[in-house]
Amino acid sequence: MTVSTGRVVGAWRGAALRVEGHWMWYRRYWRSNLYSTGLQPLFFLAAMGLGFGSQVQPGEATGGLSYLHYVAPALLVSASLMLAVGESTYPVLSGFKWQKDYLAATATPISPGQVLGGHLLWVALRLTLAGAVYAVMALLLGAWLNAGAVLVVVVGVATGLACAAPVCAFAASTYDEGTRFATLFRFVVMPMTLFAGTFFPIEQIPMALRWLAWISPLWHGTELSRGVTLGTLDLLPGLGHAAFLVVLFGAGFVFARHYFYKRLVV
Amino acid sequence: MVVREAPPSRGLLLRVLPSSLYAGRARFLLERSALVYSRYWVVFASGALEPLFYLLAFQVGFGKLVGEVAGPGGQLMSYVAFVAPGLLAASAMNGAVFDSTYNVFFRFRYAKLYDAMLATPIGPLDIALGEIGFAVVRGALYSTAFVAVMGAMGLLTSPWAVLLLPAAVLVSFAFAAVGMGCATFLRSTSQFDYIQLVLMPMFLFSTTFYPLGVYPEALQWVVSCLPLYHGIELMRSLATGFFDWSILGHLAYLLVMAAVGLVLAARRLHKLLLS
Repeated sequence: MTVSTGRVVGAWRGAALRVEGHWMWYRRYWRSNLYSTGLQPLFFLAAMGLGFGSQVQPGEATGGLSYLHYVAPALLVSASLMLAVGESTYPVLSGFKWQKDYLAATATPISPGQVLGGHLLWVALRLTLAGAVYAVMALLLGAWLNAGAVLVVVVGVATGLACAAPVCAFAASTYDEGTRFATLFRFVVMPMTLFAGTFFPIEQIPMALRWLAWISPLWHGTELSRGVTLGTLDLLPGLGHAAFLVVLFGAGFVFARHYFYKRLVV
Repeated sequence: MVVREAPPSRGLLLRVLPSSLYAGRARFLLERSALVYSRYWVVFASGALEPLFYLLAFQVGFGKLVGEVAGPGGQLMSYVAFVAPGLLAASAMNGAVFDSTYNVFFRFRYAKLYDAMLATPIGPLDIALGEIGFAVVRGALYSTAFVAVMGAMGLLTSPWAVLLLPAAVLVSFAFAAVGMGCATFLRSTSQFDYIQLVLMPMFLFSTTFYPLGVYPEALQWVVSCLPLYHGIELMRSLATGFFDWSILGHLAYLLVMAAVGLVLAARRLHKLLLS
C-alpha cells in the first residue's frame, strides 16, 4: 500500500479552501474595511445624490428623474469597480511577493488556478456584501424607484469581476511594482469613474472621445444598472452590455491564469 | 599660538531653539526628495493631470446639469466657475496630505530614514520642515498647472486671482504639516483607512460641489469648522474678487493650523526617535 501525505482536491474544493482562508483573515480585520465597504459609498451618495443633486434640475439629461434616482444605481457600480480593482492590485502582488501566501498555498495540493479562482470568488463575496450594504443605505435615503435595486447589486458584482480578472493578470505579471499600479489608477480607473456615465450622460462628451466611454467596462455596467432599476432596458442592448462584461472577464481570467501558473509553477 | 576661529553666525531660529531640535539643514531634505522623485517623474508629473480631469468633467458634464449657482456674496455664477476654486483647494489638500502621510509613514516606520537622518547633524525640526516643504513644492507645481488651465478656460475674472497660487501654497502647508504630525501616530498600513475617513468626507462636504446653503442650519455650523472649508472660501473669494472681513478669519485658521502641525510633527519625531 502506498502512503501519500497529499490529497488531491477538486477544482471547486481548492478554490473554496482559499475563500475560507480569506474569510479567516477578514474576520480578524473587518473593522478596518468598514469605511470602504459601508461608509464611503454612503458619503458619495449623500454628497452627489443629495447635495450636488439639489442643484440639478431634472431634465432631459437625467431622463426626467431626480438626480438622486439617476445617480444611485451608477454609484453602486462605480464603488464595486473601485473595490474590485483595489482588491486585485496590491493584495494579489502581495500574495506573490510580500506575504507570499500564494507560494504557501501552491505548496499544498491547491493549484495556481484554484488560487486565482479562490481570489475571484472572494472578491465576488466582498462585492455582494458591499453592494447589499449600499443598497440598504440607499433605500433609507429613498434612492430606489423599485425592487430592481436587487438586480443592481448583481450588476455591480458582475462589473467588478469583469475588471478584477484583467487586473489580476496585470498584478500577476508585475514584479517590481514601481509606478504600475499608480499609473493604472490615475490613467484608467479615475478617468473611467468621471467620464463613463456615472455622473452625467456620455452624450455630453464630444463624439471624438466618446469611444473611450464605450470601451470602458464601467459604462456597460452603468447602463445595465440604470436599465434594471429604471425599467428602461431593452433586450438587445442589455445582452450587448452583459456580453462585453463576460468577454472581458473571460479574457482576463485566461491571461491571469497564464501568469499565475508561470509565476507559481517551477 | 592658538588660532581661535570665530563661531559661525547663527540665525534667529538657531539661537532661540534648543540646538538638538533644529540645525538649519532642512534644505538637504528637499534635495533628497527631488533626487528620489526624479526616478518616478511620470507619476509625479501625471499628478497634475488628476485635477485637470476633474475640471474637464465639470466643464463637459456636471456643468451642463446645473444652471447657475450662488457664489460668494450671493452673486450668480456658472457652475464650473463655482467649482473650480473649490477643486483647487481640494487638490492642494489631497496632494499635500498624500505626501505627508503615506510617504512619511513608510520612511518613518519601514525605511527608518529619519533614524538615519537623526544620526547626522540634522534635527527633528529640520526633518519636519524639509518633508513638509517638499509636499508644498509639489502642491505648488500642481496648483500652477491647475490655475493655468482655469485661465485657459476663462475662469479667472478677477485681478485677485494672482493670489490663488500663494493661497494654494498656504493650504498645502497647513494640511501637510498637520498630516505629518498625524502620520507619526499611525502604527500599521491598515490604519490608512482613517486618513481616507477624514479626507474623503471633507472633500465631499466642504462646499466643494455645492453652496453651504444646501445644508440645514446645524450642519452649516459643523461644515464651517472644517479646515478645507476655509481653504475653499479663501480660493473662491480670490477667484471672484468678492471679499469681506471673513477672509482674515480663513487666513488665520490656516496659519494657525500650519504652525500647530509643524510643532506637532517636530515634537513627535523628537519624542519617538530621540528621547
